[in-house]
Amino acid sequence: MLHRRAQLAGWLTAAAFAVLPGVATAQSTVKIGAIYPLSGNAASAGTSAKAAIEVAVDIINEDRPELGELTLAKGLGLPNLKGAKVEVIFADNQGTPAAGQNQALRLITEDKVVALQGAYQSGITVTASAIAERYGIPFMTGESVAANLTERGFKWFFRTTPVASDIAKIYVDFLNDRKAKGEKIEKVAIVNENTEYGTSIAKVVGEAAKTGGFNVSVVIPYSANTTDVQSQVLQLKDNNPDAVVFISYTSDAILFTKTMQALGYKPRILIGDNSGFSDASYIRTVGNIAQGAINRSAWDVGKPGSPTFLINEMYKKKTGNDLDDTSGRVMQGFLTLVDAINRAGSTEPAKIQAALRATDLKPNQIMMGYKGVKFDDKGQNILASALLIQIQGDKYVSVWPKESATSELQLPYKGW
Amino acid sequence: MISATLVQVIVGGLLLGAVYALFSSGLTLIWGMMNVVNFAHGDFVMVAMYTAFMLWSLLGLGPEASVPVAALVLATIGILSYFLLVRHIMRGPMIAQILGTFGLALLLRYTVFGVAGANFLSLPDHLLGGVYEVFGIRLQASRLVAGVVALLVTAGLHLLLTRTTLGSRMLAVSEDATAAQLMGIRPDRMQAAAWGIAAGATGIAGALIATFFYISPTVGETLAIIAFVTVALGGFGSVPGALVAGLLIGLIESLSAYWIGAVWKDVVVYVLFVAVLWFRPQGLMGKS
Repeated sequence: MLHRRAQLAGWLTAAAFAVLPGVATAQSTVKIGAIYPLSGNAASAGTSAKAAIEVAVDIINEDRPELGELTLAKGLGLPNLKGAKVEVIFADNQGTPAAGQNQALRLITEDKVVALQGAYQSGITVTASAIAERYGIPFMTGESVAANLTERGFKWFFRTTPVASDIAKIYVDFLNDRKAKGEKIEKVAIVNENTEYGTSIAKVVGEAAKTGGFNVSVVIPYSANTTDVQSQVLQLKDNNPDAVVFISYTSDAILFTKTMQALGYKPRILIGDNSGFSDASYIRTVGNIAQGAINRSAWDVGKPGSPTFLINEMYKKKTGNDLDDTSGRVMQGFLTLVDAINRAGSTEPAKIQAALRATDLKPNQIMMGYKGVKFDDKGQNILASALLIQIQGDKYVSVWPKESATSELQLPYKGW
Repeated sequence: MISATLVQVIVGGLLLGAVYALFSSGLTLIWGMMNVVNFAHGDFVMVAMYTAFMLWSLLGLGPEASVPVAALVLATIGILSYFLLVRHIMRGPMIAQILGTFGLALLLRYTVFGVAGANFLSLPDHLLGGVYEVFGIRLQASRLVAGVVALLVTAGLHLLLTRTTLGSRMLAVSEDATAAQLMGIRPDRMQAAAWGIAAGATGIAGALIATFFYISPTVGETLAIIAFVTVALGGFGSVPGALVAGLLIGLIESLSAYWIGAVWKDVVVYVLFVAVLWFRPQGLMGKS
């Protein structure tokens, strides 16, 4: 009897907590879901993204006055939510759109997260964000760049990263700049992995190159989990373009670099679009045979003692690697999202959405080299920007445009 | 006219095919002879690749050491897998074998993932010679060695199965374990030996593939599917069949990627695969 009564009391207490959210527990933590590839072929990038978000959580929850004006660095937790701490629930998208979708559903319905972030691969961001849209939960991506993500008329989707068109523009501007300096650049080849990310960037870069007066001589799509790329490299060799743009994930970027060396092929200019080429694993495994590879980035470690330098130190302590551009963009997306939750002063989705719409961050409040963060009606950050970096020795250095360069551009592509 | 590039495509395809054959021979042995589908096969290759990487990073050793060590390590894993897992699940229905070996695959994959992390690794490119140019055709020493070893391993396994007492005993057990037992052969030992030999051959394959491929905990997933196709095309249990099928798949992949486009190469391979199985369900060199 006593036992049953105790059980009943337990149920009642549990029920009271269930019907009165935000009494004690919900105020002290704000739950955010993060969907990343923690297993599968892109796990290397996914675990880096996870580490970057964990560093961001540390910055938000702990008092970090040394990080200057960076959002939520000063003070403990979220001041407008009575100092509530942020808690991130990570979910593994397993590298498939279906798993990404299921995880989004689980995070929203079971874990009751107030917002979602993810999902690295653009093709998975497509499906995961569709679930968030249906449930009216804000979805932030700091890294997925496929053009159509912000063209779906979604009301709950926000993106801080520069997108395909910004990226295409910087590549074409760069090639035109080289041409103006007297270099012969006519033929441009594009090699892309064939999911949402590679396909959309290839399309936009191709169109921009044509408009910019270049001849897109060959486009080679391939599957990212391929075991061999010899034929693709030989196709490039036959075609002999002046510049090649690779849009690849990590495993395939490594495979291409190794195969190019084996087959003795070097284009005059090699551009590796972020993702695979930005993975810390890429430089560590094949950096020595990819000397002079050009990449885009919005991340710069900066001078010792600067906020970005300190962020890099925190990340390095955690992972042993320097912060890469992709993980940096993930982190900026997350910081922007949490800043909006704080400004909303509430965990109600509609209020967070309104706060995200009102976002207006200045360059000194963010860690990436964007001109700021401000969303248009489609949820795209209109102040996103990028610069070009190049592998010189065992790291990337910024080389273009000239005003932001820290090192001299080295051409042609040297390889090994 | 055959261009130099086309010759390079063909040579590259054949060398690639030899590698496919190399890491498929272990699978065909287990699948064809023991009638167990080993879904952990790709992850056996992965463990061998990590073994090679560790020997290099900790002791600075190259393939001359990593090939025998990986063969031993994998043979041990193979025998342990047999006694601790396979022997028990073989008594259950087919689905138990599939799920059991798949569980083993996940166990190996995520143990390595947990210990070594998700980072991609790679052996230095000079570890097994450089690149040679013969009549304008570029040959990578590491792939060439892998190709030659593939031929040797195939020949070795084939001779073992057809010319030795051990081979005859293993075949006897695979055909009728009860009858073999009545003849004084211990099925358990023979099957454990088959697992040890198959996994050992897989170890050799993994250590050699590591010299020119990237290494990651999930690399086995990428490689396994090709091994299954190679074995099915070559004929279950036929070691020479795996060699022919591997070479064929490598060649077709390379040529179709070059002529039609990389995204179509799998379509071409699988259409031919289905077509062959339509006419010869037992595979190219399998017994009907």
